[in-house]
Amino acid sequence: MKKTFRGVLAAGALALTAQMGVASIGTAQAADDTIKVGILHSLSGTMAISETTLKDAMLMLIDEQNKKGGLLGKQLEAVVVDPASDWPLFAEKARELISVNKVDAVFGCWTSVSRKSVLPVFEELNSILFYPVQYEGEESQRNVFYTGAAPNQQAIPAVDYLMKEEGVERWVLAGTDYVYPRTTNKILEAYLKAKGVAADDIMINYTPFGHSDWQTIVADIKNFGSAGKKTAVVSTINGDANVPFYKELGNQGIKAEDIPVVAFSVGEEELAGIDTTPLVGHLAAWNYFQSVDDPANTAFIDAWKAFTKDDKRVTNDPMEAHYIGFNMWVKAVEKAGSTDPDAVIDAIVGVSVPNLTGGMSAMMPNHHITKPVLIGEIQDDGQFDVVWETSGLVVGDAWSDYLEGSKDLISDWRAPMSCGNFNTATGKCGGAE
Amino acid sequence: MRQIKLILLGLAAMVCVLAALDPSPARAEEDLAPLVAILAEGGLSERAEAIDALAATGDPRAVPILEALADGALMVRKADGAVVIAKTAGKVLALTDPVTGVALAEVASGALDKIKVNNRLRRSIRDAVGALTLRSKDTAVRLIAAKSLFDSADPESIEALEGAIGVESDSTVRTAMERALAASILASDLPEDRKLAAVTTITALGGRDALSVLTPLANGEDAVAAAARKAMTAINNTLALWDAGQAVWYGLSLGSVLLLAAIGLAITFGVMGVINMAHGEMVMLGAYTTFMVQDVIRTSIPGLFEWSLLIALPLAFLVTGAIGVAIERGIIRFLYGRPLETLLATWGLSLVLQQVVRSIFGPTNQEVGTPEWMSGAFKVGEMTITYNRLTIIIFAMAVLFCLMLVLKKTPMGLQMRAVTQNRRMAGSMGIRTNWVDAMTFGLGSGIAGIAGVALSQVDNVSPNLGQGYIIDSFMVVVFGGVGNLWGTLVGAMTLGIANKFLEPYAGAVLGKILVLVFIILFIQKRPRGLFALKGRAVES
Repeated sequence: MKKTFRGVLAAGALALTAQMGVASIGTAQAADDTIKVGILHSLSGTMAISETTLKDAMLMLIDEQNKKGGLLGKQLEAVVVDPASDWPLFAEKARELISVNKVDAVFGCWTSVSRKSVLPVFEELNSILFYPVQYEGEESQRNVFYTGAAPNQQAIPAVDYLMKEEGVERWVLAGTDYVYPRTTNKILEAYLKAKGVAADDIMINYTPFGHSDWQTIVADIKNFGSAGKKTAVVSTINGDANVPFYKELGNQGIKAEDIPVVAFSVGEEELAGIDTTPLVGHLAAWNYFQSVDDPANTAFIDAWKAFTKDDKRVTNDPMEAHYIGFNMWVKAVEKAGSTDPDAVIDAIVGVSVPNLTGGMSAMMPNHHITKPVLIGEIQDDGQFDVVWETSGLVVGDAWSDYLEGSKDLISDWRAPMSCGNFNTATGKCGGAE
Repeated sequence: MRQIKLILLGLAAMVCVLAALDPSPARAEEDLAPLVAILAEGGLSERAEAIDALAATGDPRAVPILEALADGALMVRKADGAVVIAKTAGKVLALTDPVTGVALAEVASGALDKIKVNNRLRRSIRDAVGALTLRSKDTAVRLIAAKSLFDSADPESIEALEGAIGVESDSTVRTAMERALAASILASDLPEDRKLAAVTTITALGGRDALSVLTPLANGEDAVAAAARKAMTAINNTLALWDAGQAVWYGLSLGSVLLLAAIGLAITFGVMGVINMAHGEMVMLGAYTTFMVQDVIRTSIPGLFEWSLLIALPLAFLVTGAIGVAIERGIIRFLYGRPLETLLATWGLSLVLQQVVRSIFGPTNQEVGTPEWMSGAFKVGEMTITYNRLTIIIFAMAVLFCLMLVLKKTPMGLQMRAVTQNRRMAGSMGIRTNWVDAMTFGLGSGIAGIAGVALSQVDNVSPNLGQGYIIDSFMVVVFGGVGNLWGTLVGAMTLGIANKFLEPYAGAVLGKILVLVFIILFIQKRPRGLFALKGRAVES
């Protein structure tokens, strides 16, 4: 019997480390008359909940482009692989897409750790990655285009809104324990302190991925909020953990009027799994909401519902980022007259395409794009009502101005600088040293 | 345009002041109407001013208008720009005029635009409604009004509160009003003696509400600050005790979730010795059954929604139980005595089941609603107890004791124990051992399924639901002692409470790691867990 226990423990560890080697479901053909586009999103494992939607959005965009006559007179062909929410597998699958399937550009990744794992591959094989999710910044790479929000396009404006409109003086920074929340919270903490918020008025809390028992933390937030100062929660809680978090908020009776929660990772898709009646008034900061009233957006939503043959499917911010990124790539390829990565990387800076909120987004020399910032309040139908937006477009800032070591850095991939981390203090390319 | 609105607003406010002197119903209609029009037309800041102006009228008829605005029921009719209160009546919306209360023609939902509010407006509406309903005829409404005035602590409501206290007959409401008055006085610049009296009133209230009123006062040198500091120390001491109680409660509640997840495993792994990695997926399938039941109820018989979980329970048991029997007959019976193969086969099976669910229902979360009777919370002293957690604790205990009864008091339970203790002897006595194996595995799986019904109330209903519980379940069963249901109970509760006491000090991440390290060390010392089975069966 004793032996069995050891066996259980050992075998359990074995099973946990066993990779879910799901075969790629691409349609790799040896035809030269198509332009291949790689899609690198998890279709199984924990991140499948978010990433599967992006795979479908890409398939729809490619399908629509083909109906318009393709690109450079050729049809586009999607190559879909499944990195199964397994970070090292992302690098392997990226290599497979570029070397074996010979794709001309890749659209993919969600978590920062998966992006970090594929970076060396894209650099080594000189290909292009479009990354569609809001992230922590502090990065600018020649082969990567960041179409999601940098912290100054999401976190900082959201905090400004709470400070000015809601008069918040006390802050809870709650996040999942990994690189995006940790870096974002570091930036926010520095920003709040620069604005004169005392260290006592900031509470930082991290929870594991998929945390489901929020009782203690929600109670802590409630206690922290009972100091007579207006309190708000800035949430970088990711993925699955959000639903139990919001359910617990509702159950413990924390109303948005008393302690509002502004989230950076909760969109229409995440709310689809909850009854939002107790959450009305909690906030989210994004660059796109499905509820934005704009003809381009209406057309996109209709096309999406028709493509998925599901009238209840919702659209969200990373989908819009792919929409912008894909159209930018198409335009850059047309401008360069070729799909060669070097030509496209040179051609894409300065390309501007319509976004879905009624404006134009442009690719900047630091490989980030310009976006409007919107703050929305959750409604009882699971949608957001925009309550505030920036008056113009905000340029994505790769290196935060509020962090020691990164505030002197700029990024410009145009010749002659061609550098992702140019130090303006030392006048050298190569980071903060 | 903006200027015109402001002028209008100013005029309206003036009219209101006049109207307050002469509050005849006929006048009120004229006064409310222009303010309501501003609510519909203006931007958010004009809307805020209009809300204040509505509150200043003191007209009780402003209350339903403001409440409708906060609930998003105040709408603008697209056809003529008229402001209406809309209420869902079947597929159409029934409209009433907000000022006169006259019913208007029904329209389809597309014909109206909602008047938007944000958190700031919701707060001012809450305060305005509080001020307006302070003298309502309904005791409950007056109590809510007093509470919302306590939260807003606005010096401007002092006068209204003093007036209301003078005529208040209900003692509960009067106390609430006195507290609201005290909070308002502390926020004002009234003389010190009144503030000191107010501190005494607030101290008597105690709890977190009192703390949030007193904390801003404590940073000072005067007598009020000293009194506030003294009161806060006393309150904090009481709260520390309640906090410990609250942590135990959270621990029990986490423990009951662990218990539910582990209880089925205590049968399949504990009694039968099958390492079933697909156990979590049985829980997940139970949760999806709940979703299906609710989906059917929502579309065809909405009246039954409150009972949906009770209806889902037997169905989830049957569905997952049947799948469990199929798994046992199809896979596991060929692998008895080969734990490593069983583990890998069931692990593979769990991936297959996840992907099947993902293909059928999609990768996104499914919405499982909470019945009314499981929503919300109540307070015991300073402890908050949520109804859903309370229900889950009671439910987990009920499941555990039913299972014990089945194992100890029914012929089937007797056969199960006989087969697991000595298969050949049981076979010689005429027990169909194969059949008993299948039934036992089905029972364990079925119980995992009903655990899924409960867990659908606290967690995501997504294909990954089960993964999060499988490790915890094994931990509980191994820690508690394999083959012993009491061990599972004590194990689950111990782990739950330990986790919740560690969490505030170590954080959620480190807390989990510490618990895991503790279990590993414990298993080294007592390899058979807390409650080890004794006897000859164990030795084999």
